[in-house]
Formats: sequence, C-alpha cells, structure tokens
Amino acid sequence: MRYRIRLTIEYDYQQPSDHARNLLHLLPSDIAGVQTITSRLLTIDPMPPERSERLDFFGNAMTSIAFHEPISQLGFKLEVEAQRFAPSDDVLDLSPLLENMPQEIAAAHHLGPLSPQHFVGNSPRVGAMPETTDFARAHIQPGMTALEVVQAIGRALFREMRFDATATEVDTPPADAFAARHGVCQDFSHIMIACLRGLGIPAGYVSGFLRTHPPEGQPRLEGADAMHAWVRAWCGSELGWVEFDPTNDMVAGLDHVVIAVGRDYGDVSPVKGVLRTSGGQESRQAVDMVPLD
Amino acid sequence: MAGAAAIPSGAGGALLSGYARQPGVADELFTSDGEMRAVWRPFISELEKLNKEEISARFARGDRYLHDAGVFFRQYSSDPLTERAWPLSHVPVILPEAEWNTICKGLAERADLLERVCEDLYGPNTLVAEGHLPAELIADNREWLRPMVGVTPRSGHYLHALAFEIGRGPDGSWFVLGDRTQAPSGAGFALENRMANARIFAEMNLQDKRLRLAGFLSDFRDAIDVLRNQVGGRSAILTPGAGTDTYFEHMYIARYLGLLLLEGEDLVVQDGRVMVRTVTGPKPIGVLWRRLDASYADPLELDETSQIGTPGLVEAARQGAVNMVNALGAGVLETRALMAFLPRISRVLTGDALTLPNIATWWCGGAKERAYVLENAERMMIGSALACDLPFDIGATTALGGKLRGGAAGSVERWITEDGARLVGQEAVTLSTTPAWDGNRLVPRPMTVRVFAARTSKGWSFMPGGYARIGSSDDVTALAMQRGGAVSDVWIVADNPVPAVPPQDSKPFRRAPTGFLPSRAADNLFWLGRYVERAEGIVRLLRAYHLRLAETGNSADRRLAELSTYLDGFGVDVATPIPDALPNLLDFARNCAGKVRDRFSVDGWAALQDLTASLEPLQKTTRPGDDCARAMTDLLRRLNGFTGLVHENMYRSMGWRFMSMGRALERGDAMAAALAVFADVGAAPGGFDIAVELGDSVMTHHRRYRVETTRDTVIDLLALDDANPRSILFQINRLSDLASDLPFAEVAGRPGELVRVILTAQTALTVADPSDITTERLSDLRAELAGISEKLLAVHS
Repeated sequence: MRYRIRLTIEYDYQQPSDHARNLLHLLPSDIAGVQTITSRLLTIDPMPPERSERLDFFGNAMTSIAFHEPISQLGFKLEVEAQRFAPSDDVLDLSPLLENMPQEIAAAHHLGPLSPQHFVGNSPRVGAMPETTDFARAHIQPGMTALEVVQAIGRALFREMRFDATATEVDTPPADAFAARHGVCQDFSHIMIACLRGLGIPAGYVSGFLRTHPPEGQPRLEGADAMHAWVRAWCGSELGWVEFDPTNDMVAGLDHVVIAVGRDYGDVSPVKGVLRTSGGQESRQAVDMVPLD
Repeated sequence: MAGAAAIPSGAGGALLSGYARQPGVADELFTSDGEMRAVWRPFISELEKLNKEEISARFARGDRYLHDAGVFFRQYSSDPLTERAWPLSHVPVILPEAEWNTICKGLAERADLLERVCEDLYGPNTLVAEGHLPAELIADNREWLRPMVGVTPRSGHYLHALAFEIGRGPDGSWFVLGDRTQAPSGAGFALENRMANARIFAEMNLQDKRLRLAGFLSDFRDAIDVLRNQVGGRSAILTPGAGTDTYFEHMYIARYLGLLLLEGEDLVVQDGRVMVRTVTGPKPIGVLWRRLDASYADPLELDETSQIGTPGLVEAARQGAVNMVNALGAGVLETRALMAFLPRISRVLTGDALTLPNIATWWCGGAKERAYVLENAERMMIGSALACDLPFDIGATTALGGKLRGGAAGSVERWITEDGARLVGQEAVTLSTTPAWDGNRLVPRPMTVRVFAARTSKGWSFMPGGYARIGSSDDVTALAMQRGGAVSDVWIVADNPVPAVPPQDSKPFRRAPTGFLPSRAADNLFWLGRYVERAEGIVRLLRAYHLRLAETGNSADRRLAELSTYLDGFGVDVATPIPDALPNLLDFARNCAGKVRDRFSVDGWAALQDLTASLEPLQKTTRPGDDCARAMTDLLRRLNGFTGLVHENMYRSMGWRFMSMGRALERGDAMAAALAVFADVGAAPGGFDIAVELGDSVMTHHRRYRVETTRDTVIDLLALDDANPRSILFQINRLSDLASDLPFAEVAGRPGELVRVILTAQTALTVADPSDITTERLSDLRAELAGISEKLLAVHS
C-alpha cells in the first residue's frame, strides 16, 4: 500500500522563547520487509540556523535544530511518500514458550540496536509494575508461546481499557492511566509494554502513522488521521520483533507506517524541546494520510 | 580488649596506653609483632613531647583554621543552606613512600584497564558480546548512556580524573573498595586537610620528608590546558550548584586553579560549541571538568527531567567541540557489579591479573555465584548490583551478615533467589586501624584511603596522600564507615628529605583578560549589593523608630505612626523589635553570595555569615525602645564591616561593578522613597529630621546650613548634593561612572542603551533646584532608577 502523508505541528509561545533547541523524531525511514520511504521532506518555519540529521542509538532518523534568536512560534511540515508492505498472512509461530524466554534473552547477549536486552528492564517512563504484571498473568494460559502472550495481552487491554482522547496528558504516568483504565494510544502502548516486561517479554514503543477508515459511504476527512503509537515485542531469536497495536487490537500491518522505535515515548517523542521561556505554549497537530493505490 | 597486643614500653607511653589493637586486624601504627612502624616514630615521639592540653589546643587550631577558611560539607536536608563543619580527624595516616609507589603502580594499571573497559562499552561492546560481562548489567544501567555510544572523546580518552577508595586487609595487603569515575570529589578537601595539619603540627619538624600535594593539582592544571588547546576556549568546572554536598570543593578548586565555576544554565550550545553566557556575550568553553552526574547534563538527550543541565551538551561532545573530564557516561564504571567481572576482564584484555585486586564481589545473576553468596551470607554485604555508591555509603547495602537491614521482614535467601540478577554480594571486609585522638589518648579506628589520579602527559599522576576516611567506632567492618566518621590527612613520607620547591623561574606572565564575567554571576553580585544595602536601610529605619519610641514612650506619636506605616510598606512589622524581614533579607543576600563564592573573599563571606549568626540571639532577647535602637546600631556596624571588607578589598573587576551598581541603585531608590514621605510638605513635624537621620547626614546638615531643617535644605542635601555619598545625585553619578566601564557602554561610537538612560536622569537631576524635586518628581525618579536596573540586567544577560 502506498501513502502520501502530510503532518503539520505548530507551537505558539506566549513569551518569546530564547535559545530554543529541539530534537525531532519525525522522519520515517526504510525498514527492510516493512516499509520503503520514497520521499520525505521536513520544512521548519522559521528556518532554524542550526539543523542536522543523524541516526539515534536505535537507528531512527533524528533531527537536531536550534534557534539563536527568540522565537514566538514554531511550525513543522512533513511530507512523506511511503510504501507499506503487507505482513505475510500465515505467520508461523516460531516463538518459544513464555517460560523459555529467559534463556532466549540470555542467549542474545549483545547490545546492538535490535538486541532485546534494552527492552527487558525499566526504561525512564515504563517499568513493570505489580498491578500490570498481575493483570498480565490473569490474562494468559499456561503453555502459551511468547507470540500468543503478546496477542492475548494486547487483546485484553483493548477490551478493558477505554479510549479517551482527553483523559490523559503526554506526561501521565502509565500507572495512573492503568488505574483508570483509560487513555490514548500512548497510554495503551506504555501499559502493554509494562505488562509484557513484567512477564519477561522484551517490549518497546513504536511511533508512527495510522490510516483511519472513514465510516461506510462517507468521504475521508482531511487532517482527521493522527500520529499513532503501538508496541513491538521480541518473541525469541527465530521470530524476532513483532508489532502489535493494542489501541486497535491488531497486528500492525498495512495501515501502519513507522516513524521511530524506542524503549518508551521518551526515546521517540516527535518534538522534544527545551525552551527557556516562562510562559506557556500551545500546540496544534494535523495528520493527513492518503492511500495512493 | 582481650587479646590486644602489648604496647612496648618507650613507644608512645601515656599517649598510647590502652591503644588496643584488635586481633586479626592490621594496624597502621604497629606491625603484627607489636612493633611501631618506623615511618610513624618521628611523629609519635614529637607528639609525646606534648601533654594532653597542648595536643587538644593544637587540634583546636586546625579546626579554627577550617572554620575561618569556610570549609564546609553540605548535608542534604530540608534547609539547603545547612552546612556542616569539615569533620577533621587530626592525627594523619602515615605511609612510607615505597609502599605508596607500589599502590600507585597498581592503581595506574587499574586506571588503564578502566579506560579500556569504557572504550569497549561505548565502542564495539565486545566484552558483552563475548560473554565477559552480562548484557543486562549494561542494558539496564542508567549510567550507560546510549546517546554516547559510538562517540569518541576529542582527547581520545574517556577518563582524566579518578579516585580510588582503598583499604588494607588483615594480611597487610591493599585492595580497592570502589572506583570513582563519574565526578570524583575530595582533592580540594585534601588540600585543606593538609593546610589544617600544617597549622596543627607547625614547629614540629615533621615536614621535611613529607611529599607535597600541590604539585599534583598543578600537573592536572597543565593537563587541562592541553585538553583546552585541542579545542580552544576557556576551562571551567561544571557544578550542580550551591545546594550540592561538595560545593565548597568546586569553588575551592575553581579558585585554586583559576577555572571558571559554572552551572548548566550558564552554558548554551551554539553551532556545536559550548558557550558561556557572559556580560560581554557568549564565549567558547573548551574543557568542562564535570562535577555534575552525566545523566543530568543534557535534558534534551539524557535525563529529560533535569533542571540543571544544558540542552545540546551531548551534541557538542559528539562533535568533539568540548573536552569533558570525565567523558559523559564514564560513571558506568562505578557500577558495583562490574567489580565481580574486572578480574576476568583484566586477564582477557591485558593477559594479566590485577596487581591491586578489588573487594571480592559476586553477581547473584549467575547460578554458581548465587549459591556461593547464599552459603556465605553470614560474611557478605549484599546490595544492588547496579548501585554506584561505595560499599560503606549510606544505603549502599541492604543486607549484612545474613540479615536484612532495618529489621525488614523476609529472608535473605528468598530475596537472593528471586532477585538475584539485581544483587551482588561483597565480602564484608575487615579494614586496618589507624590512631585517632579521642580527647585523651590515641585509639585505633578503621580507615580507608582515597587516592586521586589524573591523566597527564607523563601518564597517570597521583596525589601523594591527603585524604583518608576514619571510622567513628572500633567496628572494623567496612560498613562501620557509614556511621559518619571523619576525614584525615595522609602523609606519604620519603626516606630522604624532600627538596623544597625550587623558586619559579621568572616566566613571562600574561594578565588574564578582565571582563569575563558569567551573566548569572553578575546577576547574583548585583542582587547581593542590593539586598545588603536594603538591609542597611531597614536597620536605619528601625533604629529611627525605636529611638523615638524610647524618647516619647508613646507609640501613638505621629512620627512613630508615620515610620511604622512606612516600614510596613517594606513588609516590616515594627511590633517585633527584630522583624523577620531582616533575617530574610540577609538570607537572600547570603544566597546570592553563596552562588558566587569563587569571586568573593573568604573574609567577606565569613563577615556575612557572622552577620546572620548575630541576628538569631538578638531576635530572642531584644526589647523595644532603647534596647532595640542599640542593637540596630551594633548591627549597622557589622553591616558596615561587611561592606567595608568587600569594597576595600575586592578587585575592581566587572563583578565588583555590578555589585556596586546594585548598591547605588538600592540606595538611590531608598532615599527617593524616604524623601517622598518624610520630606513631603504634609509630613509630620519632625519628618525632615527623620529624613536627615536616615541619610546619616545630621552633622553635615548642621555644618552646611546652620539653620533648622527645611524642605529645601533637606532636598538639597539628600537629593541634589553631589558631594554627599547618601544623596540621589551621588548615586546617579556613581552609576554613570560605573556604567562607562561596562561592556556596551559605547555602541558604534554612540552611548549604549544603559548609558543613555543614566545620562538622561543625571542631567535632569544635576540642573534641578530643590523646588523642582516635588514628591511627584521623586516617584518619577524611582521609576527611572527601576528602568536603569532593568536595562542593566537586560543588556548583560
């Protein structure tokens, strides 16, 4: 499936911000067997005097920008053409039984970006919590493979959590969102990561785009799509990384385009910025994901 | 104590009577045969010449020195300004040079090994890939900084300044208890230990064979210069700030080595370079001696919750635009569990075992090791595998001798079995003892020695002694060290006299350029000037009030009412003789001064401390009226003592200018405010006299005008007389003089913004008549002064 994706993010600062410096995770990259990016263009307004691109530890494209003069607004416009490949229909479950995961992980003793080792322990925003681990244990059966566990947990969260676009903020701790059983894709993903890590399955965070399907017979609304997040879990060295979208109870597939992967939101937040300003800020975001096929 | 070795007669005598060494414990003073070590004999025999009182008097001399020098150690507590006196144990630890050299040789090997491990962890990571180091110890480690992976330091080295905590075991051999690689502290305190020791043991003829400490820091200073020359710019110490426990040392070393003392907010990264914001604009920094834990250094790429970092610092390090001492991420080497693997890593990387072993450590993530720790839990300290603190630091260990600490429920066995991968067991080592003074005689106390190392062009250089930790009880397990204890000097004694430092050749010198003042320091100095002046103004007002209260005995008097309303406007309630506003103001002043202590004389700081200290008893005892008036007079003298010390002795630097401008602005504003009330045409009778008194100009008025005070004479003297150091015009003239030497005084051949606003006010006031200075005009003047204040800070931020 080919897509044209447009993203705009705009910030207004109440007080001009001095020496703004930002780290952006906005540019999607090619991923073998998953997606090909045929074009990508990020324009920033005002144009930053400093701008550089590099890969971060996990191999994501990362953009650094800085301003030397105070700015009172900041806008990002991203245009991407991407091709997403269909995951093969009949995935053979080559993952080990859950109880054999510790040995699988121990055998993967390297520290490259794909190593499961980075995704077992606590990361800055997400760690296993007794309540999520108990929840996870209650929703699996003995004898399940790692892949089955991932799908069972994802489904359980989809059923028990309520999607609520206004209930949480970007910094709401996963424990709070879980206690209230509500949140947005970020909360769903963080909670699923906590559940999986609690069971000993390495799990990380994926940011990206999701194509939304308009209700039958209605036109696609421009800008109605959203930046999205889902989960990747490591299911043993044979099967490797599997992506699951708990907000929609589905394996990530043709509707998903990946921007970046990390341990949690903190590793891949789209616009990370430190502003030396006392006033508040307002932001707006719009995503438009048009299928071209 | 049973089994204590006998003290041979003639060695120590009364001083050492009852020096009860413990069986099976090495002692620094005596060999296992009970013979006093040769290296201690001259010291003990000198000490023996003194009686108990003389010894105590000498030791008190050392404490006094440390107090006067302002040496403190900050304790984390609810009050961020709580400072604890430096806990000096006066008796030094004495070691022979040959033994010391062996230790240093072992530590140099260890330092090189740590460098190679660091290189691997931030490079190819073969140690993990080849199974010499468990992956989870690195992957879960918050000190292993992923953004630094693949970044080679500009200098080619990760480690430049290290410290090692070492101890001596029962068999007399040395071992390492901990490696300090993040931001080792103590080298500055070591110098102060030595200074205090010099006071204590002056005239005792002990110095001639003792190795000097100073050479180490100057070697390191040279090494920093080399690092700086690779990138250009200035060198600085990066401190977490005045609230941190070892802030004194940051300030001390900055002053000692002539480095800038900066905080994260002083820095900004521009085009990949680290710049310090100064009053003359951003200036490049080439070397940062980092005393701030790495994860806080950059909120953008490291801990995003950090409030004390500099966005972009990681990027600057990545681009090789700044050299860090030590590299960001080097703290990972402090991980306790690493000690379990270093012996093997040493054999893998160098083919040799470590000459100086570390404390025996077992990571409970391995089945065999777990079983061993369980079996031997009785003689183990068990704690977090990823902890970076020393085995005897508070909270470092959660189980000792087979029991969970703090009376926690649960069995150690279950804990280790369930949580093994997160735990290490370390042998509960026995430390050697060394003499400490208990007020009457010498007693054996456990000790560890901290050794400082610096990478120089000649290899690793070691500070010869200077720092040991001394336990407070005779419990000789390493853990005893965590119950407070003290710090002592360590003397490394050579066989032959150490030649005096040769007189420096008269090298050509260069005056360091002035004007290099970080904006934040300028800000603090400015406000210090203002707060102290404001405190003085309030003291004068309170004195005026209480003098009149004593005089009339009638608080309904109109002058008293006017004074009390006026003071109320400053948040001062005259109902209490010493209102809280006063100590609060002095705290503000102390807070500002505390942040710029590196630019401030030791005496000035001590005077400010005394000032605050003197208020506390006064607050309890002072009664209204005459008693309070006298207390205020006394306080005024102390305040003048402080300002006198500062203004008489402070170098006429840019910083001094900011402080003086703060003072002048505050004084001008206070005078305008006072005249608006007390010289108002509708003021209470006697108001003019109050104004003159507040302006400290009673005598002058009398001499100059030879008449009673009138509105015109008061305004003339206190607003317009350019020879009266209390007048408003005097302050504005002063501001004008001071501003003319500031950066940006002239821009493109024209007066700068700040100079322009000052000139406008100055001209108007210079040509004014007393009749022009109405109460309304006075309030305009206050607004103009506020404008100058804002402009001053804005232009130089």
